[in-house]
Amino acid sequence: MRPAGTRHLPFGAALRDAGLAALIAAGLFLPMVGLRTDVDPNGALYLRTRWTDVLLLMAIVFAGRFLMRLWQEWKAGRQGPSLGKRFAGPLSRSGRLAAPALLLFAVLLPAIPGIGRYELDLGILVLTYVMLGWGLNIVVGLAGLLDLGYVAFYAVGAYSYALLAQNFGLSFWVCLPLAGILAAFWGVLLGFPVLRLRGDYLAIVTLGFGEIIRLVLLNWVSLTGGPNGIAGIPRPTFFGLSFSLGGGPGTFAGFFGLEPSPTHRVVFLYYLILALALLTNWVTLRLRRQPLGRAWEAMREDEIACRSLGINITVTKLTAFALGAMFGGFAGAFFATRQAFISPESFTFIESAIILAIVVLGGLGSQLGVAIAALVLIGGFEVFRDLQEWRMLVFGGAMVLIMIWKPRGLVGSRTPSVALGERRTISAAMVAEGRG
Amino acid sequence: MAPILTVEKLTMRFGGLTAVKEVSFAAARGAITAIIGPNGAGKTTMFNCITGFYRPTTGRLTLHREGQDVALHRLAGHRIAQAGVARTFQNIRLFSGMTVLENLLVAQHRRLMAATGFGIGAVLGLSGYKAAEQVAIGRAAAWLEACGLLDRADDPAASLPYGAQRRLEIARAMCTEPALLCLDEPAAGLNPRESAALGDLLRAIRDGRAAEGAAPCSVLLIEHDMGVVMGISDHIVVLDHGSKIADGRPAEIRADSKVIAAYLGEGDEEDSAA
Amino acid sequence: MAYALQQLINGVSLGMIYGLIAIGYTMVYGIIGMINFAHGDIFMIGAFLSLIGLLLVTSGGMLDGAAAIVLVLALSMAFTALYGWTVERVAYRPLRGSFRLAPLISAIGMSIVLQNYVQVSQGARVKPIEPVVHGGFTLMQDGTFAVQLSTMQILIVVTTLLVLAVFTWLVTRTPLGRAMRACEQDRRMASLLGIDTDRTISITFVIGAALAAVAGTMYLLRYGVIDFYIGFLVGVKAFTAAVLGGIGNLPGAVLGGLLIGLIETFWSAYFSIQYKDVAAFSILILTLIFMPTGLLGRTEVEKV
Repeated sequence: MRPAGTRHLPFGAALRDAGLAALIAAGLFLPMVGLRTDVDPNGALYLRTRWTDVLLLMAIVFAGRFLMRLWQEWKAGRQGPSLGKRFAGPLSRSGRLAAPALLLFAVLLPAIPGIGRYELDLGILVLTYVMLGWGLNIVVGLAGLLDLGYVAFYAVGAYSYALLAQNFGLSFWVCLPLAGILAAFWGVLLGFPVLRLRGDYLAIVTLGFGEIIRLVLLNWVSLTGGPNGIAGIPRPTFFGLSFSLGGGPGTFAGFFGLEPSPTHRVVFLYYLILALALLTNWVTLRLRRQPLGRAWEAMREDEIACRSLGINITVTKLTAFALGAMFGGFAGAFFATRQAFISPESFTFIESAIILAIVVLGGLGSQLGVAIAALVLIGGFEVFRDLQEWRMLVFGGAMVLIMIWKPRGLVGSRTPSVALGERRTISAAMVAEGRG
Repeated sequence: MAPILTVEKLTMRFGGLTAVKEVSFAAARGAITAIIGPNGAGKTTMFNCITGFYRPTTGRLTLHREGQDVALHRLAGHRIAQAGVARTFQNIRLFSGMTVLENLLVAQHRRLMAATGFGIGAVLGLSGYKAAEQVAIGRAAAWLEACGLLDRADDPAASLPYGAQRRLEIARAMCTEPALLCLDEPAAGLNPRESAALGDLLRAIRDGRAAEGAAPCSVLLIEHDMGVVMGISDHIVVLDHGSKIADGRPAEIRADSKVIAAYLGEGDEEDSAA
Repeated sequence: MAYALQQLINGVSLGMIYGLIAIGYTMVYGIIGMINFAHGDIFMIGAFLSLIGLLLVTSGGMLDGAAAIVLVLALSMAFTALYGWTVERVAYRPLRGSFRLAPLISAIGMSIVLQNYVQVSQGARVKPIEPVVHGGFTLMQDGTFAVQLSTMQILIVVTTLLVLAVFTWLVTRTPLGRAMRACEQDRRMASLLGIDTDRTISITFVIGAALAAVAGTMYLLRYGVIDFYIGFLVGVKAFTAAVLGGIGNLPGAVLGGLLIGLIETFWSAYFSIQYKDVAAFSILILTLIFMPTGLLGRTEVEKV
C-alpha cells in the first residue's frame, strides 16, 4: 500500500470500473427501458423505442460509479473516523436533547403560524406511522420477533371500530379499547402457533397471516363490503360534541362559541393521534424498566438462557405479540375514524413492509430512532409527491441505501434499563437482534 | 447425607443412538458432585436431561427439596428452573447486549414479576414494585461482590473478559436462588489461578457463605479435565460410553482401574450426539 | 373423474412454474441463509423481458413457432440473469456478514424498486398477448366434458424437465456445483480452501434468475397477460413451495411447487376460487408449524 498523503487518486481504474458499470447498465436498460411495450388503438401490443433514455441512464450510472470509486479511494486514503462514525456520535449524544425538542415541536405544531390544514394532515399521517412503528418496535425491537404481517392488527382495529360503530352505534371512545382488545386477541391467536418458529420462517408466516386477513376482508362481502370497503364511519366526537359545521349547541364550535371551522376536527385528530402515540411510547418505556420488558430483551439476546432462568418463553412472547397488536389496533381505530372510509386496499403487505422498515431504519428498540425514521420516510415520501409513480421507486431505493449505510439503523445503541452507577449506552455491535 | 437429586435408570436415545444408558446415582445435599468422563461419554446429555433441555427417554429424576420431592423429568424446561435447578452453559450464554446488573435482574424475573402484579400494576406505578426491585438489586450486588464483578455492574456483559463472563454466569444462576447449581464445564478456558479461585467460589456457594443472605446450595458439575475435578469435588460419578463405570469419593475414583482404562485407552474417537 | 384428471393436468403445469421459481429461493437460502424477497419480482422481470423478446422476434414475422420460443427463452434468461446478478451485487453483497435483518429489509426495498421500475418503464397497464402456442389433444370424452391437454401444457412440462435436467447436472457434476455445495455447508471453510465465495454466490443468483426467467416465459405464454404486480403473489407461493419441500433442498423445491400448484388448482375447482390464495397461505403456515423442515428437509437438533 502506498503511504497516505502521497496517494494519487486512480482515475484510470475508476474510469475502467465506471465503463464496466455503464456496460452492465446497458444490458439492464436496453430491453426494459429502451423497448417500451404499448397498446395500439387496435388493442395489440407494439414496441416503442426510447434509446435516448437508455443513453441517459448509462451516463448517470457511469458518472455515479466513477464518483463513488473516487470517493471510496479518497476515504480509504484519509485517516480518522469515517463520515458515518462522525455523525453517529453526536446523534446519540444529542439524543437526550432531540427527544424533548421533537416532542415540544409535535405539541406546538398546530399553534405555529403558517401551519395549515395540509401540514396538520401530514403531521397526523407521520404520527400514525410513529405509533405503528412504536407498536411494532415492542415485537421486533424489544422481543426480537420478526413480524411482517403487522398491518393485520391495524386492519383488525380499523374494521373493529367501523363495524362496531356502524352496527351497534357505539361511540369512538367505547370502540377504541374494544378495537385494541380485539387486535390483541388476534395477536395472541397468531402468536400461539408461531411460538416455535424462528427468524425468516417467523417473518414469512406472519406475512401469510397478514395476507389471509386481507383476503378474508376482501372476500367476506356480507360483513366487510369486500373491495368496496366500509364508508360513512362515524367521526370522533369531543366528549360528545361533534365537529359538524352546523354550529348548533351540540357541536364543538357551538359549545365553545367559536366560528365553525373544519380545522377544529383536524386539530383534534392531530392531538388524538399524538396522545395515542405518546401512550404507546409511555407504556413501552415503562415496561422496558420492568421485569416483563427486561425479559423481552433477554429473550431477544438468548432464548435458551432465558429458559434456564425459569422464564416462561410462551407467556413472554405472547405478551409481546398481544401488546404490539393492541397498539396496532388502536392506530387502526384511529385510522378508520379519521378517514371515515376503509377498504382492504389500505392494508396490503407494503404497509407492513413500510412499518418494519421504519423500525429497522430507526434502530431496533430505539424509540427516538423510530420516530425520526417515520418522520424521514413518511415525510420524505410526501415531499416527493410530485414525482408521482417515481416516488415508490425512490422509497425502495432509499430503504436499500440506508441499510447499506447503517445496517443497525439510525440509533443502534441501547440504553440500559437500570444501573448501579451512571447509565452508559451500549454500542450496537454488542446488542443481539434475536433469532425469532 | 440425604440426597438433593436422585437419578434412577436414566436413558436417553437419539434415533438409534443411545447417549446415556440406564444411569443411576444420587447427588448429596450440601456437597459438590462431579460427573466426569472422556469425550462422548454422555456427560452433556445427562446434564441436559437434568436441566430440562432434553426429555429423557426413560428413567426418573427427582429433586428433593425441603419436605417435598419434585419429579424433574415431567416438567417443562422453564419449570425446572422454577423448581430450583439453575445451570450455566459450556459455551457461555449471557445476555450480551445487556449490562451485568441487568443480567442478574433477568435472573430474578419470577420474583419481580410477582411483585409487579404481573406487569399491569407496574406500568401504572402501583404496587410495591420499587421495594422489590431494590431487594433484587441488593441481591445482585451481593453476588457481584462475591464474584468480584461489582465494579463492572454497568458494563455490557459482552465487554467482560472470558473468565469474568464465566463468573457472571454463575452469579446469574445463583440469583435464581436455586437448591441445586449445575455447572457445565465451568473451568474450561480458565487459567490455573482462575481455576483455583473458581474452586473457592464453589465451596463458598456450597456452604452458603459466598454472598450475604445466600443459602447453602448443592453443586453438580460436569468436567472433562479430571485434574480440576479432584480438588473441589466431594463426590465423583464417572461415565463412559453412556454408562456409569464408577461412583465414589475422589480418592476412590483415582484408584479405580476401570476409570484409568477409560481415560487412557479405548473409546476416545467415538463421539456422542450431544 | 374426467374433471379431476383435467385439474391434475392444470395443476401440474402450474406447479412446474412455481417449482422453477422455488429453486431460486431455495438455492439462495441454502447458500447465504436469507429470503431473497426480490426473487418474485425477478420472475416478473423475466416475464416482461420475454414479452419484449416475443414482440421483437415476431414483429417482422422473422420467426415463429418453436424457433421463436427458444430464442425468446434464451434472451429472457440472459437478461434476467443480469438483473439477478445486479440485485445481489448492489443490495446484498455490501451487507454480507451484517446483521440479519439488514439484508431482509434491503431485499424488501429491492422488491419495491423492481416493481416500480417496471411500472415506470413499461407502464402500469396489463399487457395482453395473442396466444402463441395453439392446439392440443382431447384425452378423454366424458359426456359433455372433454379432458384437454394443450400443447402449451406439454411445452411447460417438457421445458421445465429439460431445464431441471441441465440444472441438476450443473449442481451435481461440475466444479461449479461442488463449489456451491461447499459454500452451502460452510462458507468460511470454503473460502479458506480457495473457493471464491463471492463469485459462487453471484452465480447462484444468476442461475436462480435464469430459472425464474424460464418460469416467466412459461407464465406469459400460458396466461397471455402480465403486469408489474404478478411477482408478489407468485413469489410468495413459490417461497411456500420451497418451504414445503424443505428449504435448501433442490428436488424438494420442485416437489413443493407441484404440490402447491395441485392444491391451488383443486381448491379452485372444488371449493372456492376466491379463497385459493388463502388456501396457499394456510398451507404455508401449517407446514411451518407442524413440519418446519418441510417434506425433504433435514432436521436440525438445537445445540445447548
